[in-house]
Parts: sequence; C-alpha cells; structure tokens
Amino acid sequence: MIAGSRFSFVDLVGESIAGLFSRPGRAILTILGTALGVGTLVATLGIAKTAGNQIVTRFDALAQTEVLVEPVSQPGARRQSVIPWDAGARLSRLNGVEAAATLSQVPVDGLISAVPFNDPLRQTEFSFNVYAASADLLASVRGTMATGRFFDEGHSNRADPVAVIGPAVANRLNLTRVDQQPAIKIGERIFSVIGIIEEVAREPSLLSAVVMPDGTARELYDLGAPAEVHIDTVIGANQLIARQAPIALAPNNPDLLEARTARDPREVRQVVEEDVNSLFLVLGGITLLVGAIGIANVVLVSVIERIGEIGLRRALGAGRRHIARQFLFESLLMGLIGGVIGASAGVLAIVGASAYNQWTPVLDAWVPLAAPAVGAAVGLIAGVYPSLRAASLEPVDALRAGV
Amino acid sequence: MTLQAPTGVAVGPGHPVVELIDVSRVFDTTPPVHALRDVNLAIADGEYVSISGPSGSGKSTLLNLLGLLDRPTSGTYLLDGIDTSDLGDRRRASVRGQRIGFVFQAFHLLNTRTVLDNVVVGQIYNRIPRNERKPRAIAALERVGLAHRIDFRPDRLSGGERQRVAIARAIAHSPSLLLCDEPTGNLDSATTEAIMALFEDLHRVDGLTLVVITHDEAVSARAPRTVNIIDGLLTESA
Repeated sequence: MIAGSRFSFVDLVGESIAGLFSRPGRAILTILGTALGVGTLVATLGIAKTAGNQIVTRFDALAQTEVLVEPVSQPGARRQSVIPWDAGARLSRLNGVEAAATLSQVPVDGLISAVPFNDPLRQTEFSFNVYAASADLLASVRGTMATGRFFDEGHSNRADPVAVIGPAVANRLNLTRVDQQPAIKIGERIFSVIGIIEEVAREPSLLSAVVMPDGTARELYDLGAPAEVHIDTVIGANQLIARQAPIALAPNNPDLLEARTARDPREVRQVVEEDVNSLFLVLGGITLLVGAIGIANVVLVSVIERIGEIGLRRALGAGRRHIARQFLFESLLMGLIGGVIGASAGVLAIVGASAYNQWTPVLDAWVPLAAPAVGAAVGLIAGVYPSLRAASLEPVDALRAGV
Repeated sequence: MTLQAPTGVAVGPGHPVVELIDVSRVFDTTPPVHALRDVNLAIADGEYVSISGPSGSGKSTLLNLLGLLDRPTSGTYLLDGIDTSDLGDRRRASVRGQRIGFVFQAFHLLNTRTVLDNVVVGQIYNRIPRNERKPRAIAALERVGLAHRIDFRPDRLSGGERQRVAIARAIAHSPSLLLCDEPTGNLDSATTEAIMALFEDLHRVDGLTLVVITHDEAVSARAPRTVNIIDGLLTESA
C-alpha cells in the first residue's frame, strides 16, 4: 500500500498566494482587468437602479396626481362629449380630488388684439388659442397668477365678458397690469382682462392662450359641452380617481369617457432600468471578457516561465492534478481579488454619482455580494486552459527546460 | 535530526533500495535510440554509488528511471521492494515524493521564497504533518550548515550555499534514496570539494543511500562504488 501524495487546501492557498506575490506587479495589472469589468457591472446595475428610483420620485410629485378625462374617440362617429358643465363640482365631492375643472377650446372667428386701432408699423392682431374653463382650472393645473385674479363662478353664471390671459399673450399684447381692467378684442367682441397667468405645472398650452369662463363661452359662442376635465388629486389617488371619474361624470354611460393617468411608476422604473442596463451590461460584459483573456494570458505566460518550478514540484511528489490545481487557484484568486476590488469601486462609483446628482443611491444587496463570485468564476474559467497545459508537462522535460 | 525510513516497507541494513532487472529504455525516434540496454543494478541501503560516463552515454536516462521521472521500455525496477513498473502516474508521483530526494545541477530553488520556505515546500506533497515541516526543515538546514541563512532569498546566496539548500530540501523528508544529477556541475573546485565532503558525511554519519551521477572523473572517484555507463551499457569498476 502506497500512501498517495497530498496537497492540502491550506497548502494550496499558501502556494498560490506565494506564486502570485512572486510577481506582484504583474498580478496587480492582471487583477485590474477583472476589477474594471466587475466594477462596470456593479456600477451599471446600481446607477440604473438609482436613476430609475430617481425618475419615479420626480414623477410622483406631478404626474402621479394628475387625471385627465376625455370622451372616448369613436371611430366613424363625430366625438360627442357627455361631460356635464358641473363636472368640476361633481368631482370635487370625490375623496382624493384636490381640484377639478373643465377645459374646452372655443371656436372664435377673427384675431385677438389689445388696441382699437391699426398701427401700420406693428402687428397688432394675433392668433391665439381661446379656451373656456371652469373656475377651478388654475388649481387643477397647479398654476399661479402673475397679477390680477382668475375668474370665479359668478363670472360664469352671469356670462361676463372677462378673460384671463397667459404670459405669452400678455407679452405680445403689451399688457403688464390689470388693475385698469384693459380690454382686448376677440374677433369683434370686447373682453376685459382680469388676470395674467404666471406659470402652470400642467397643460402648458395655457401659457399662450386666452381663457374665458364656461358660461361666457356658452352664451357667446354656443359651446355645447366641455371637451375635457383636468383633475388634481392627492398623491397616490390618481388611479382610484381615474376609475371613479367617468362614473361620476356620466353615470348612464361611463364607457363613453376615458380617464388617463401617468404610467404606473413601477413600469416606468423598469423601462429606465432596462434601457440603462442593456447598454452598460454589454459594456461590462466585454470588459470582463477582456479581463478574463488577460488572466488566461498571464497565467499561461506564468506557466511557461515556471516550467522549472513545475518540474521541481513533480520531482517533489506533486501529481498532475496538484499542479493543475495550483495554477487554477492562482487564476481564481486573481479573479476573486479583482471581483472584490471591482465591487468596492462600483459601489463607490454609485455613491459618487448619486452624491453629485443629489440622488439617493439604490443598489440590490446581492449585487456587491455576487460580484466577487463573478470575478472568481471568471478567474476559474480563464485558468482552465493554462492549468491543463501546466499539468500536461512531462516532469523530465520540465526539469530540463526550466531553471 | 532523525532520518527514519518511510513507513510501509520494512527496510534493514543491506536491504536493496534499488533493483534494476534487465531494464532497457528505447526512444521511439527514427532510427530508435537504445539509451539503456539490459541494465542490471542493485544498490543496497546505505550505499554510496557514483554513476559516470560521457555525455550521451545514457546517464540522464538512467537517472530519470531511478527517479521515477521516466518508465523503462522493458525490465523491472524495484524501489524499496516496490515494483514501480505497474504503478500509474499518480502512484509514481507519490512514491517519488516520499522515497526519493533530488539534487539538481541547476539547484531548482524558488528565488522568490526564503531558504526556509524552499525546504518546507519540499515536504508539502509528502503527507508530512504541517507542524513537523518547519522543525524538519530547520534540522536539515542545520545539517548542511546553513542555519544562519534561513531567512535569505536563494538569489543572495553563493552557488555552494544554494546547492546546500537544495540538499537540505532533498533530505528533509528522510528519503530512501538521494539522487544527485551533476550536483557540482555549476560549482568551482573549492565549492565542489565542500559539497562532496557533505555528501560523504551524509553517507557515513546519517547512512543515506546516495547515487551521484556525474561526468567528472574526480567527483566520481570519491565514491566507494563507481559504475560506468557507455552507450547504454553498465560496467562496474572494481
């Protein structure tokens, strides 16, 4: 009975580390390749996650409180609105609605001007969109007034010829103040301007439009029914309100109305992550592949350089598998160290990018934990061929060839 | 240090360590090269034998066979009574590691490791318990007179000192057979003298079985028993 040669795990680790440290510079450069690859992967996954999270946070603020109700477009038939004029009042009763208002385009003939005379040197008549709206419009699009006031229900009920104008209109018409209630002409009709809008968070077309009360539009322009309803909800209520609004507005045939909301945040996040991921994961994968080839190359060179050592170890009793194991483990160690460094660098990159953009860094916990394993696997795979080469050497040839 | 025989096979004084019976080695080149022809050689435990011959005579082939680095084409090689002809690659490696110590002309030291590490590495494949390796290595280094160089790197040592490290590595695991391949080939005459004296001492005091292969007549002549090899044929000189 002959006791077989042994190469215990502790000895394997010791010899492999000693082998790596015999050429520290080369080992570090080789490790760098894997570190870059793993780092790119970790940073990519983290930044995609962070950016996705960030986009969702921004969406929450505005889009997740918005609902728009419109008549369903019916193919063939002309669009028939079933929205009632008291839509704003009806919806305000729903729990979760902050403000609701109708908005419709008013078909006007002729241009809009502020002065009652023709100046041959300047354009004085312009074409702007004219809208009719209910009194809560400003709140439901989260707008603010630059000066003056928005019209109220009284204006609408009396069909007063008043209008609120967007800042772009005010600019073209040279209106800056409304305390004198300046008059503008819409076609042949005169309206007094009672307010100028400063900013709106939604429906930016209002910035270059003239808005009059619903009642005025019905009286003067025979407006049939509101075209759409803008609803501002409390955060998180938009999906609920979107289901309830058509029923509240048209209990007899809610199917004729369609409520639109921003996309589900989770869906948005996924799309963003997929976009970022697909691009950079490929990049990280290529880097990792290059890193693997680097390791394979260095280990192969190391095998050729250490032929004498391989011969010596065979003479000292090492079997082929002990030789293969040692080179394989050296390769694995380089990959593993690269993975650890890469994971750390990747996390730092995520934190750095987040700090710069004032984002909240988000990263799945398994990513930095799995990264060293990925590095080790890369090293292991890269080491297979060189290790087999080392193991296949005949001890006689190895001893003769190397010193 | 105590140089105990490896367990497994009973070895007494006069017991043959090496027995070559009708061993031939033919290399499959065209035309075939008969490196060794029907070689018969027995080396008893504790013997000191030198094998000499001109280059190309088959010395290296014989050394490779004795060291289990190569297999005979025909014939039987018993090492410590173990028939090595039937052994597979793995078993040969373990027999080689446990029962043979090698000393090479080119030293074959690991230059990035300390002297002590080099001697310790000589034992890692041999089932020698980890806690015994360092004491054995230190004892072997003391034996060859290098206790003061333990923490040096081999590339800072002289040629003679390097060969002493290699000898310490070869004897640290108490082999049955110390195989030396041109051990003084890279050394000057004064250093050669010191190394040969060390060999004689190991043979006489520690009772090591020693085979020295050399082309140097002066080195060869110092062994009590000399074997010549010419064109693959062995002749024993008186």
